[in-house]
Amino acid sequence: MLRAERITKRFGGLTAIDDVTITAPAGRITGLIGPNGAGKTTLFAIVAGFEPPSDGCVLFEDQDITTEATHRRTLRGIARTFQIVQPFGALTVRENIAVGAHLRHRARRDALIRAERIAARVGLAGELDKPAANLTVAGRKRLELGRALATEPKLLLLDEVLAGLNPSEIRDVLPVIRAIRDGGVTILMVEHVMQAVIHLCEHVYVLAEGRLIAEGAPAAVCQDSAVIEAYLGRGAAGRLSAPEPGHA
Amino acid sequence: MSGRDVLPIVVIGGLLALIPFGVASNTLLNFLVFTLIIAIAAQGWNVLGGYGGQISFGHSAFFGTGAYATAILQVHAGVNAWLAFGLGILAGALVGLAIGALSFRAGLRGSYFALITLAFAEVFRIVANTIPLTGAATGILIKLDARPVNFQFHSRAAFFWIGLVIMLVALIATRALERSRFGAFLVALRENEDAAKALGVDTLRVKLGAITLSAAITGAAGCLYAQYFLYLDPTIAYGVWISVEALLAPIVGGLGTAFGPLIGALTLHGLGNLTSLLVGRVPGIDLVVYGILLVLVIAFAPTGLVGLAHRVRDRMRQRTALSAGAA
Amino acid sequence: MFAPDIILTAVLNGLLTGAVYALIALGLTLVYGVLHIINFAHGALLTAAMFAVLVLRLTFGLDPYLAILVLAPTFYLAGYALQRFVIGPASHGSDANILLVTLGLSIIIENALLALFRSDTRSIDVPYGFSSVDIGITLLSLPRVIAFGGALMVAALLWAFLELTDTGKAIRAVAKERLGASLVGIDVEHVYAVTFGLGTASLAVAACLLMPSFYVTPRVGNAFVLVAFTIVVLGGMGSIPGALIGGLIIGVVESLGGLYLGESLGQIGIFVIFILVLLLRPTGLFGAKA
Repeated sequence: MLRAERITKRFGGLTAIDDVTITAPAGRITGLIGPNGAGKTTLFAIVAGFEPPSDGCVLFEDQDITTEATHRRTLRGIARTFQIVQPFGALTVRENIAVGAHLRHRARRDALIRAERIAARVGLAGELDKPAANLTVAGRKRLELGRALATEPKLLLLDEVLAGLNPSEIRDVLPVIRAIRDGGVTILMVEHVMQAVIHLCEHVYVLAEGRLIAEGAPAAVCQDSAVIEAYLGRGAAGRLSAPEPGHA
Repeated sequence: MSGRDVLPIVVIGGLLALIPFGVASNTLLNFLVFTLIIAIAAQGWNVLGGYGGQISFGHSAFFGTGAYATAILQVHAGVNAWLAFGLGILAGALVGLAIGALSFRAGLRGSYFALITLAFAEVFRIVANTIPLTGAATGILIKLDARPVNFQFHSRAAFFWIGLVIMLVALIATRALERSRFGAFLVALRENEDAAKALGVDTLRVKLGAITLSAAITGAAGCLYAQYFLYLDPTIAYGVWISVEALLAPIVGGLGTAFGPLIGALTLHGLGNLTSLLVGRVPGIDLVVYGILLVLVIAFAPTGLVGLAHRVRDRMRQRTALSAGAA
Repeated sequence: MFAPDIILTAVLNGLLTGAVYALIALGLTLVYGVLHIINFAHGALLTAAMFAVLVLRLTFGLDPYLAILVLAPTFYLAGYALQRFVIGPASHGSDANILLVTLGLSIIIENALLALFRSDTRSIDVPYGFSSVDIGITLLSLPRVIAFGGALMVAALLWAFLELTDTGKAIRAVAKERLGASLVGIDVEHVYAVTFGLGTASLAVAACLLMPSFYVTPRVGNAFVLVAFTIVVLGGMGSIPGALIGGLIIGVVESLGGLYLGESLGQIGIFVIFILVLLLRPTGLFGAKA
């Protein structure tokens, strides 16, 4: 469904992304992991249309959307959540989600009804009339998810949607994400929370210092020595796999 | 938009329309007409600044264009006053679209946007002060010929009612905005422009629509001013005073609310006149009060009078709920 | 069309005026560079300073240049207090609010002056008011030459203060990285207020330099402030050399504009530049990316 081909992004003298190609197949959950500063959010910004790539192209459903504006991509069916949540603070949860619903539904009443349904799907049914500014972090993350879902996307870009959540909150959100995929939406997610990556993703790409260093099934990728070294430092793979010296 | 939305507007309009029957004082009617003109200009500003969050310091550009267009069409082209009125509104809207196209395409937001609107208004003022079409510094005079066909009336009450009708139309348009998809997009981009874009909102289109509507409404206020006072000069038409009045009223009354501008205009001008009565006709003293009020509102009641009223109402609801629970 | 020496005189006069414009713009750009706010009360504060010069002259016969010694500290304190106790607290940190609060202040100050002094044009009489300096090619007005020199001196002093003193370094630190500065123990609120005070003080100096050759009405600040905004945007928000060079450029543009287009229309050159810069290069000549 989505193919970002040979993407390169330079900011002045710094190459943030270097010749990266990733594919998000339809109906699957694909993961993008890597240590901080690897370029994951930049790659997301390029796919979502907030940044232009210095090189390479972005193909969605085999159409070149590299230079398309953000709102046009959303119309095509690409929705994203933000790493730092961006609620419409003064609006209620219902009104927030309705803005997303309005993309495909002109009438106010339709949008509001759909907003209620989506709120139920992401677990915000009890807080429909709360101003978004009053939600907890977990609530705001669900709101981000709900708003993006309301645009009826084909591809959902989740940018560290689990960041800042405690273990029980994470445990509650995982089935919601799975249910979205089961509903036919393709998901590409950037994540640091490894348990989520292993449980949700069918295929994972690893980015480090702007380059793709590994890809494959999550379990295999986590064993890959290059990946371990990217996270834990040089030689870490060797140290981890070496047999323990006998104790005195 | 349902009947329930329009009803309060119509009721309030009906009540206000009764005023001239109970009041014979020309001074009071004068005050009311002038305040209505300000309120209409403010209603326009509120669409862009209150709902859209794009603060303009140069709305006089739209007010003055509406005013001058109406005047020039009548004086130099012999156009019928009512037609000139409509064309004046159109002229204001077009200026809004043009300024918006230049400013929003260049990505100007916040203080930069406020500055450029100020600059545009000044350019208009300087041009009006120079070219013969507007009468340069001397200004332009619409010939007094008080017949309804000329959109001139002997009675001030007639102007009041017409102003009231325009105000009501603007109010209904605002309500419609609130209940529409366009309005939802406008408020969304005010709250968070990037998030709105990510949800598929064409923020440029929405901003352009908002500034055009805003300019049309404020332009209408300018047209009415021209018809009522029959005299314009560059400082009246494009001066900073109307830019300030147009933004002050919604802030005091309640940004981004339908009735905010009207309530704000009535409060400000009521207070202004009260101050004049108490302190005497010292020029500038009423504006000092306005300035103080602006700072106080921002500091203590940023949601304006309407916001305060809502808070009081919510607190009273809470109290009745609590006492009902306790009972 | 015009003889070369007329054009030269216009350019020289433009430079003289431009330096004073630059001084006025300095305060504005300093406040923007550090507090990241556009102070809409800047023009009204200038007007207040000019009236202060007037009052001191009429009541005490104090020479405007000597008045600098009185007014610079006074206005520094006033600016400090305004930022610390009014603007800072009232705006709750929101940019839109700061915009409106400073606008409110400008309305209050301007109209209070109107109420106190009415709208007549006032000016002061000084013995050297009409003296001129002969530089061979043309005659230049003495007060304006003094203003030119004074403005450059203040700009240099300000620059030295920022570069060489501890407070200056603290100011630059806060301008670059507010959070970091507070983490190393810099009192950010105090720095903000000091900066604002410096901006207001430089307005007081500008007023003293202007009054011998200019007039004052309650609205005069308005005219200056729009020019100051243009200079700040042209030179780059937060850049002191930018304000200086921008001021000189604008002074010359205004002078030549007045020569070719007449007094009234000549003003338009400034605003056209303003609009063009905002649309095409909002960071200005020397400004950092916004």
